[in-house]
This record gives sequence, C-alpha cells and structure tokens, in this order.
Amino acid sequence: MQPILRAQDIQVFYGKQPALDIPRIDLYREEVLAIMGPNGAGKSTLLRVLAALQRPHRGYLFFHGRPLQRRHTLAYRRRIAVVLQSPLLLNAGVYRNVALGLYLRGRWGRDVRSRVYHWLEQFRVAHLAQRNALDLSGGEAQRVALARAFVLEPEILFLDEPFSGLDMPTRIGIFTDLRRVLRETHTTVLLVTHDRDEARALADRAIVLVEGRIRQVGPVDEVFMHPVDEEVAAFVGMENCLSGAVVETRGGLCVDVGGMCVPVSRTLEVGRSVRVCVRPEDIRLQRVPGKGGGKGTVLDVFPQGVHVRLNVRVGDHIWRVLLPRREWRQAPVDVGATVDLDIAAEDVHVIEV
Amino acid sequence: METIVLGVREAWRLLLHGDPYVLEITALTLRVSGTATVIALLLGIPVGVFLAFVPFPGRRVLVAAVNTGMGLPPVVVGLVVALLLWRSGPLGRLHLIYTPTAMIIAQALLAWPIVTGLTMAALQQLDPRLQWQLLGLGASRLQVILLLLWETRLLLLAAIIAAFGAVISEVGASMMVGGNIAHHTRVLTTATVLETSKGNFALAMALSTILLALAYLVTYALTTLQQRARRL
Repeated sequence: MQPILRAQDIQVFYGKQPALDIPRIDLYREEVLAIMGPNGAGKSTLLRVLAALQRPHRGYLFFHGRPLQRRHTLAYRRRIAVVLQSPLLLNAGVYRNVALGLYLRGRWGRDVRSRVYHWLEQFRVAHLAQRNALDLSGGEAQRVALARAFVLEPEILFLDEPFSGLDMPTRIGIFTDLRRVLRETHTTVLLVTHDRDEARALADRAIVLVEGRIRQVGPVDEVFMHPVDEEVAAFVGMENCLSGAVVETRGGLCVDVGGMCVPVSRTLEVGRSVRVCVRPEDIRLQRVPGKGGGKGTVLDVFPQGVHVRLNVRVGDHIWRVLLPRREWRQAPVDVGATVDLDIAAEDVHVIEV
Repeated sequence: METIVLGVREAWRLLLHGDPYVLEITALTLRVSGTATVIALLLGIPVGVFLAFVPFPGRRVLVAAVNTGMGLPPVVVGLVVALLLWRSGPLGRLHLIYTPTAMIIAQALLAWPIVTGLTMAALQQLDPRLQWQLLGLGASRLQVILLLLWETRLLLLAAIIAAFGAVISEVGASMMVGGNIAHHTRVLTTATVLETSKGNFALAMALSTILLALAYLVTYALTTLQQRARRL
C-alpha cells in the first residue's frame, strides 16, 4: 500500500549536531500515527518538517508518492491542517477564526457558513460563534482550534500535543470528542504527544523518538508491550527495568534480580544476563512474607491519582509499585513494612543484553 | 497668563472668522504632515516586517540604527535634506529646496524610523508559533504577513499616532528645508516661531492652540479606531 506521506532521509541540524535524523517515516491513509518521546526528542520539529512548515537541512517528503517540491509547498499545506499545543487564535470572532482557512483558500459564501457551524457543533462550541476568540477559556479555545482544522476537511491532520496545556476534566472532554470525530471521519492523523495514554487510546501505530532518532516503530500495542530497549520501555511505562541472570528453579525459568526471582515465560539460556522490565501496576503486594517472589522493605508511600505509589527495596534494587487506592485501603502498608512482591511471568518483558 | 487667555481667544476668533492666512497654513500643515506620515508608513512597515522576520548578518546594527532614528533630532534631518537638495547639492537640479515637497521628504525621513521600529517591535511581541499556525492553515507567505500585521493593528495604529505626532510638531527640519516662505512653505510650527520672534505672542499662542487642537483631533480619530479594534 502506498503511503499518503513519506519522509525520507530527513536531517535537521541545530548547530553542528543533528537534532533530527530520520531514515524513513510512512503515514498511511486513515491511520492515526503517534510520535511519542520525552521532552526535547525532536517531536515537534519532526511535525513541522512533515507539515512543510519548516524545511529540513536534508531529506525529502513524498505526498501520494510524488516528491514534494518547493513550488508545491503551498498547495500541499492547503490539503492538510495543523493544530498546535496552544490554540493560537486571532483577535477576531470565533466564527471568523474557524472560517480563516477557508478564506485563505479564497472560499466565501453560504457553504463556508454551513461548514463552520457544522464543525463548531461537532466540538460543542457553536454557541460561542459570535464571541471574541481571545475571551474564551483554554478548553473552549482548543475546541475552536480543532474546529478550525476540521472545517478544512484535511487529507492529513497534524496534532502537536493538543491537550497538554489543559486541566484534566477539560482534557478528557475534548479528548472524547476528538476520538469520536476521528472515528466518524476516518481522518489521517499524525499525533505528537508525550502522553502515552493519549497515544494508546488514539493511535494505530506509534513511533518512539529519542534524541532525534527513531528507537521503535510499530503497531501501538506492540510498542507498548514489547519495547526494544530500556529507554523505550521507560517511556511506555515499564518503570522497573533491572538486570539479572537467568536461573532455573523448580517452578521454571526466572531471572535473579538481586535475590528476587522474577519469573519469565520465554525460553532463555540459563546463566544469560538480561534486563527484565515490569510496569509498576503489574506488581502485586503480598502482605504475608514468603508468599511472593521477593521480600522487601517499603521505603516510601504516597498517593498518585487513583493509585498509591510505593517504592520497595529488595536487595540492592528499588522496585516501583502502583496499587489501586481501593486495594491499598483494604490493607494499608506503611513505610518500613516488610512485604513480598509478586510478579506474573506474562507481565515481564525481557530485553536481552 | 493673560497672554495664554488672549491667545486662546484669538485662536477661536481666527478659526470662527475663517481667517484665510490661518486656514492656508493649517491646510498646508495637514497636507505636509499627512503625506509625510503616509510615505513613512509605506516605507516603514515593509522594512519593519523585514527586520522582524529575516535574519541576516548585521541585522542588530541596523535595528540599533532604527531605534536611534526614532529619536532623531529634526534639525539634523533638516540639515542633511537641505544639503542634498541645495542648488549645488547632489539633488539640486530637482529644485526642491524651499518647497512643500522638501518638507514632506524631511518629515517622512523623521517618521520612517518611528514606523519601522514600532512595526518591528509589534511583530516581535507576537507568539512566534503563530506564523507556523497560519502556514499550517494554508496561508501563503504574503497572507501570513498581512494577518500578522492585522493582528498587531493596535500597535500599528499607535505607530501612526506617534509618527504623525512627531512630524506635525517638529519645526527645525521644516524651517531649514522649507524656509518658512509666506503662502508657500509656512506651516503652523514655523509660523509660531516667526510670530514669537516678532513679539506677536497672542497670534503665536493662537497658532499653537490650533496646532495642538489639530494634533489632538487627528490623534483622537486614530485612538477611536484603535480602541474599536481592541475587541473585534
């Protein structure tokens, strides 16, 4: 299948160091491709290059298989739309802001009005049409920014962390509406985010970018379940990545991590050094010592959203654990308590070193 | 104090009776300063846009020169323009010295850096990502510039007010390149200087009052426009 957009051999330099070095990225019709990565990874620069807002120092874009030449840039930009982290609305009415892209394409008249109101309604801000855009709240402004992009019916929609400046309830509301609209319209989307939950909920495929280079690309579940290295693992939420040696026990293979036996489901050579990565929410706590895989001491306990986070020392290693608050409330543990950590083999991801 | 009261009263009398001498120099003042301001806008805004967005070697030197130009002494501008337009000067064969055109040139040169400096500052205070956003909505480079200028319209109107205020109130340059010739190049500021030197304080005061009223009325009109634009 031919990609709608291909970027090849892209390099962007800030100074002498390449800030972006991308051999190839393909974006296919009707897919949502998430570009994830920590701050400073080059995600936004990559989005600007792919949206032809910034020219790379090297490399090419191919749109529908044809090289995107400089003289075609404006025509390309008129077939896409971009929503940035900040809504960046103009000092004008909401209606005029949403209609702006159509005006820029020389489109006026009744068709514009019906399209603008349709998309204002889709994002639940039609009642604000006559208000000045600068008088809107952050959430309202971002809804208007999304309507302003969708009104163009773009072939590719570029979203650069569109929810990051919003408080949680506002964020959830807009996220839900965007997800519905994307499902209904089958819009091709390139989403830049550092929020893995957003990426997992919206994307079909994901790219993990670290220091301007692609570390992993694949279906979103594969990236989340089978990260290729420790940095990707940490980014996708596997906060516990520890080294150990494969040993054989009566119960099967496990990895000895500082005296704690972490079971593994894969066949591995006994004695081999590996890294085991486990999500903090996949570790269960046994209050009765001796029932789990490793005895440890609770160093720290603090609430985190609907969870309670614990740091537990087992041997020389510190394991990060997230317990549902309800479970913790039923049998709370305090700093200094002795607990056993219990990890199921299917929750352990092994990286061979 | 009595002179001031007499002057204001004289100003009213001259205006109400439609004194041809006063009306003539008022009209010339408006024509010269208005034209100079328009020329300064036509030159100053593109240069301001260029300095705001285009990086080039020596840009900082040029920006500093523009900022210095915002406080340029009118007599210096008058001297330079006079030397250029003087009969034996490089532009002498144009025969512009002691004409309203020479005054327009001098005043436009005074207002140009003000418009350029304030346009540049206005554009630079915008969120730099706004350019990307507009490009991402399908704007051409020219459309981006026009939209950014529209977005800074409050500050651009302030630039027009500052430029017009500077040129309508200056006397040095107009005197040097215009010569204060009756019925030809005499404007409100040069007429005020002349009447003061002759000891006609009441008439000088009257001319100053008219100048002040004129500056106020034009500025008031621009301010009204500016405040209307505040929330469209």
